[in-house]
Amino acid sequence: MSRLKSWLANGLIALVIALAGSAQAQQPLKIGFGMSLTGPLAGNGKAALISMQIWAEDVNAKGGLLGRKVELVYYDDQTNPSTVPSIYNKLLDVDKVDLVVSGYGTNVIAPAMPIMMQRNMVFMSLFGLNVNSKFSYDRYFQIMPAGPEPAIDWSRGFFDVGMSLSPKPQTVALVGADAEYPALALDGARANVKRLGLKVVYDKSYPPNTVDFSPIVRAIQATNPDIVFLASYPPDSAGMVRAVNEVGLKTRIFGGGLVGPQFASLRTQLGPLLNGIVNYESYTPEVASKYPFLDQFLAKYQGRAIKEGVDPLGFYLPPYAYAMMQVLEQAIRATGTLDQTQLAEYMHKYEFDTFVGKVRFAKNGEWSVPRMLTVQYHGVAGNDLEQWMRPGHVTVLYPAAYKTGDVKTPYQDNKK
Amino acid sequence: MEFSTALVLNAIVAGVLLGGFYAAVSVGISISFGMLDVVNIAHPAFIIVGSYIAYIVNDRFGFDPIAVSIVLSPLLFALGLLIYRVYYVCFERRGLESLRGLAFFFGILFITEVALVLIFGVDYRLVETRYSSVTLRLGAVDFPLRLVVPFAVSLAMVIGLQIFLARTFFGRAVLAVAQDQLALRLMGINPVRVKEFAFALSIATAGVAGAFLIVIQPVQPAIGREYIGLVFAVCVLGGMGSIWGTLLGAFVLGLAESFTSTFFGPSWAPAVSFGTLLAALAFRPSGLLGR
Repeated sequence: MSRLKSWLANGLIALVIALAGSAQAQQPLKIGFGMSLTGPLAGNGKAALISMQIWAEDVNAKGGLLGRKVELVYYDDQTNPSTVPSIYNKLLDVDKVDLVVSGYGTNVIAPAMPIMMQRNMVFMSLFGLNVNSKFSYDRYFQIMPAGPEPAIDWSRGFFDVGMSLSPKPQTVALVGADAEYPALALDGARANVKRLGLKVVYDKSYPPNTVDFSPIVRAIQATNPDIVFLASYPPDSAGMVRAVNEVGLKTRIFGGGLVGPQFASLRTQLGPLLNGIVNYESYTPEVASKYPFLDQFLAKYQGRAIKEGVDPLGFYLPPYAYAMMQVLEQAIRATGTLDQTQLAEYMHKYEFDTFVGKVRFAKNGEWSVPRMLTVQYHGVAGNDLEQWMRPGHVTVLYPAAYKTGDVKTPYQDNKK
Repeated sequence: MEFSTALVLNAIVAGVLLGGFYAAVSVGISISFGMLDVVNIAHPAFIIVGSYIAYIVNDRFGFDPIAVSIVLSPLLFALGLLIYRVYYVCFERRGLESLRGLAFFFGILFITEVALVLIFGVDYRLVETRYSSVTLRLGAVDFPLRLVVPFAVSLAMVIGLQIFLARTFFGRAVLAVAQDQLALRLMGINPVRVKEFAFALSIATAGVAGAFLIVIQPVQPAIGREYIGLVFAVCVLGGMGSIWGTLLGAFVLGLAESFTSTFFGPSWAPAVSFGTLLAALAFRPSGLLGR
């Protein structure tokens, strides 16, 4: 009888464990994040969210991860850094997510870092510039292809293109918004300027809510710079581009770090005003052959984006938002675990195959090799979107492996 | 930085043009807050509503956004009538202080913003007009029509308002309701009706100012919040309830911003602008043209 009781007890325990395991296996694998769904960067945030949702659907169609269905748990950070800590505390403590990724942009990634470090979480992040330089967190990873020294690599292409001109430029004007990303971009620009021995003739920033940028452009023009480097967010990118055209800025090369011209809304609104500007892009149809699997994703994304009234081009953030999740997916499948230590070790050690090509991380979590494109816009006529869907209006100047043409200067003579 | 004549002249022109725009966005607050003591912190939200109305019509039919906003201003006037009626029933009729209504208008600000996000999405919108990319040049001085046209219409609107308030019976009733409601009632005029009309007028001006805004810069639903400080600053600097004061205050802030941006660095512009406000209030606590 006692043996029977023992058998029954063991059987009952085994059954409970099996049921618990089954219940756990059926619990979704939750990935949590804040995302800018309202506020100044909401256009990008919503585009990124669509891409991540497409990834989750693709993964679930293949059976999920570790036998569990993937579920995205997210909250609107309103493009407001002060909301970020509470969002991630809620995700970890209340929603009990298994993994976290970042929202979009330097301003909302930085406030999440102390929490990630406190909780020892792997933190895959989306387009933050040089965030980890102040934290040196060994579980931080960045999907933006800026390179191992992101602040410097961000504008390296722009300045190297400028210095390829003959005669060599001597003077530079640096200008940007009073915000996290532009401040970091300008720091990197100053390092490049010092490296190249250029003389800084203007170095000022402006409040992001500036209405009229023409006094700023006139002040810059008064210093007659050979190069004008601008680091700006979409509303001030539009304001500065308009002011530059109204004032008739004369310089050899203008642009550098404008966020905004990568998206459909500003491309259609500014149209020919973009001609001649040298800027950065993460993807352009001119280099489609280098990204062989991207067109399938873009077709899926563009269909959804048009329905949801979000950036219908999807060249800037969406491919990388998807790639960010692909990196996590591959790390989880390879390690077979959600253990943060093992995931971090794997992500530092191995190369990943994504829609944006091969991705390998440096020690600081940034890309080991930069791949941000320096481009020049040209031949834009009118304000329709269709012209941007095909190659023809963007010349890739840098890096050499992606180059499709040479820069045309001076800026004021190449605005057509 | 050299003070070249061309730079100085362009800074003056830019400051005056900017001031004209600031006057348009602030004149409604001068009426609602300055005259009626209604702390309408949602005023910038109605500016954005005006921007989106102008955007829709410009996008669908190609009509000039500023002309559209003037023609459709009765819509926003009607909205203002409705909002004041609710505000009056909930707060003023109960004898509550005007600051109690602040939460009401905060709510309207956020509801309006979210409604715009749900309807239009979060992307930046900008209109294209025949004069958006045109700049007139007089010697070394630039006059971008993107700013000149809103300035001219704004000036006409503000002067028109002042004439209406000073010369018409109903306009004088609005000025009177700001001074002594009981006296107005004894004269047989319903002060509630007068305030309702004046508040609606302030919302209508916000709608027109919204068209100016979307001509000048891209607009998205949350951008209104950036103008809350500015509109109240212009109203207070000019003198509560003074339309001429609002115009003067707007020019002062526009010029301060323009000169600072040109010669000393744009980062200092807000500090100089609000420092000017504080300095002015230190010498004239009632504002430049306040009583």
